[in-house]
Amino acid sequence: MSFLTLTALEKTYSDGTRAVRGIDLAIEQGELIVLLGPSGCGKTTTLRMIAGLELATGGRIRLGGDDVTLLRPSRRDVGMVFQFYALYPHLTVRENIGFPLRAAGVARAEIGARVDGVAARMDLTRLLARYPRQLSGGDQQKVSLARAIVRRPAVYLMDEPLGTLDADQRLAMRELIRAEQLASKVTTIYVTHDQEEAMSLADRIVVMEGGRIRQVGTPAEVYDRPADLFVARFVGSPGMNLIPGELHPGTGPDQADAHRDVHPPAHPPVHAPGGDSGPFFTAKQGRVPLGASLPESARTVGRATLGIRCEHVHEDPRGAIPGTVVTEEYLGNASNLHLETPMGRLIMRADGASMRERGATLRLRLDPTQVSLFDATTEQRL
Amino acid sequence: MSLRRTTERPVERGDPGAAGAEARAALPFLSLRGVSKRLGQTQALRGIELEARADELLVVLGPTGAGKTTLLRTIAGLEEPDAGTVHMAGIDVTALDPAARDVALVFQNFSLYPRWSVRRNLEFPLRAPGRNLPEAEIRRRIDWAAEILKITRFLDRDSARLSGGEMQRVAIGRAIVRRPRLFLMDEPLTNLDAKLREALRVELVELRRTLGTPMVFVTHDQAEALSMADRIVVLSEGRILQTGTPREIYERPASPVVALQLGQPAINLLPVRRDAGMWCTADGTPLLAADATGPAERLLGVRPEAITPLGLAEGPAAAQAASSARTPAAVVRVVEYIGPTTTLLCEWAGAHVHIVVPRRGSFRPGDRLSPRIDAARAILFEREADGARGASSSSSGRALPTSSPSLFPPGGST
Repeated sequence: MSFLTLTALEKTYSDGTRAVRGIDLAIEQGELIVLLGPSGCGKTTTLRMIAGLELATGGRIRLGGDDVTLLRPSRRDVGMVFQFYALYPHLTVRENIGFPLRAAGVARAEIGARVDGVAARMDLTRLLARYPRQLSGGDQQKVSLARAIVRRPAVYLMDEPLGTLDADQRLAMRELIRAEQLASKVTTIYVTHDQEEAMSLADRIVVMEGGRIRQVGTPAEVYDRPADLFVARFVGSPGMNLIPGELHPGTGPDQADAHRDVHPPAHPPVHAPGGDSGPFFTAKQGRVPLGASLPESARTVGRATLGIRCEHVHEDPRGAIPGTVVTEEYLGNASNLHLETPMGRLIMRADGASMRERGATLRLRLDPTQVSLFDATTEQRL
Repeated sequence: MSLRRTTERPVERGDPGAAGAEARAALPFLSLRGVSKRLGQTQALRGIELEARADELLVVLGPTGAGKTTLLRTIAGLEEPDAGTVHMAGIDVTALDPAARDVALVFQNFSLYPRWSVRRNLEFPLRAPGRNLPEAEIRRRIDWAAEILKITRFLDRDSARLSGGEMQRVAIGRAIVRRPRLFLMDEPLTNLDAKLREALRVELVELRRTLGTPMVFVTHDQAEALSMADRIVVLSEGRILQTGTPREIYERPASPVVALQLGQPAINLLPVRRDAGMWCTADGTPLLAADATGPAERLLGVRPEAITPLGLAEGPAAAQAASSARTPAAVVRVVEYIGPTTTLLCEWAGAHVHIVVPRRGSFRPGDRLSPRIDAARAILFEREADGARGASSSSSGRALPTSSPSLFPPGGST
């Protein structure tokens, strides 16, 4: 039995909008789960149902073995964290951290003990008597996190808490949240539309879209093996290269040769040495070998979409695909090269050190072990 | 409203031929000399010297309050400088009103007329009094812009029914149908979601290149600046701190403040002292061979990707094994897995240091590594610059993660 379980959870508003359309999710104690998706995907509604701020119109929520589906928010042992607001400038660090407890009517002695506890844990004890303006930026962030987590519920629910911070602060805060969560082991559900935030924070990511769950997995699973085209596009910056085309099981050299003949001579397919007998993929005028084995589900499919991450597109003098540099996006520690190829546009990750001239032609190889294949009709991973 | 009315230029730009185009591209189209501007109590611009070439995307990068928007408005003619001049194509336009400058502005908050169709919004600047464009020409330009921006299928839709990204495309369309001499963009992608920003970034660069019209693009987003700019102007408190190509500024920042503005995660800044031919941290850890002359105290800047845990080529286990007595070990505190790379926040030599490694195997908090700094990519700043400018940087709200005294309790996060 998992610590927190959602079963066939639904939310339909009185105007008929179906914000959440039947969600099943099991969360273990101590996990940091990120609900990730674009606006309107149902992630915040799901969080608010767990908090009790919205009532489910279908399904169950169980927390620590109890059915809490219909309980009031105050009767559930959850702590909702909205945003890491700025600190109150006229209050000391101790008063800032204790504020949520005072607002909740907790006894004075108890507030003191709890503030001391969280301050000791986060190495803030020496700062308790100071005012925010006397702190460094990093310490101010620590205090705002301490204030957010001074209550010790069974579950923290965080709704885009870093939304208003600038990029540097977000990064520092993200690291702080991760370190603190690893230390405290409080089960945390964190909502964001920022895929990088999700990747860096989560034990597991729940990708949502249209009120449904598209995929649940570790950051590596979601990134490397997206369940469908939506996840492939949404996760990663840039999203996965996606090339619509046709899948050929290529059971032997004869069949490969037979296939080659159907190409009009004006557009000869691009060959890779030694790749003729294995399965391959064709798109427009390009052709890529796919290595020795295809998943069982891919052997009968014709129309398909090939997906490959930009860091698995390699420059290789013997590569099967010619590519012309259209645009270089310099990122400092790397570059994204946008290339025009016979298969369509591809993005390749290059190290940032050397500049690539526009119009330069490279030979490209797609790492066959890193290829994802999707059914063209169902958009599901093969 | 993002567009200014202008009179039509009498002749279309002809094709000057390849050689001519190249020569034209190298010439400055826009130049600002000694431009200063005071707004109320704030000295918004201080002696700005800036040039944008005739075929260039110039990005002005700076935090909120740096003077970016004032600079753009001064170029547009919406603000009159207190001192200095603005030239366009060699002609002094400082005293000209906005309409006569023939520039197009696109703002962060694109304001279309919501009840008008997309087509009517696009036509609006072309129907301005005094333009007298023939109907056929108006139609031709709308179709051309719609095709380029992929908004042809929305042309007859009400603007209010468009998504944010579609609206911003229309706002850009309204700027390009006029064929202005210069585009001025004030954070046009800021209000869009991450995926759309990513796509429009590339589209805008390619569109500008196709049009061959210079563009000044203002942003606070370092990723936008690095990826879009032909050259970047780094602005802070009304002053230009550095101008250069994205690579020049990223690899050779003029000061710690500039270094902190570009790159994510931010550059590591470590105060070091020369000792027995090595640059050492305050706790005596030797980091890097030191040159024999010059000041004995410096600020060492190292990009997170310019630090490699020894033995990493063989994987994280080997990198840990390489953590020998020779180089003091760094202890991994936080592991951030971000697609193609992994960011490690480590405690090393009494400081918190970010290291970006290619994704290979898995690192865990508590792992010990032996980092090596790539000397060719290390940057040494003067210590004075550190104190003075570092302070101004934190006052503008920037966190200095590597130099904050203690991000985590010692040993608290394993």
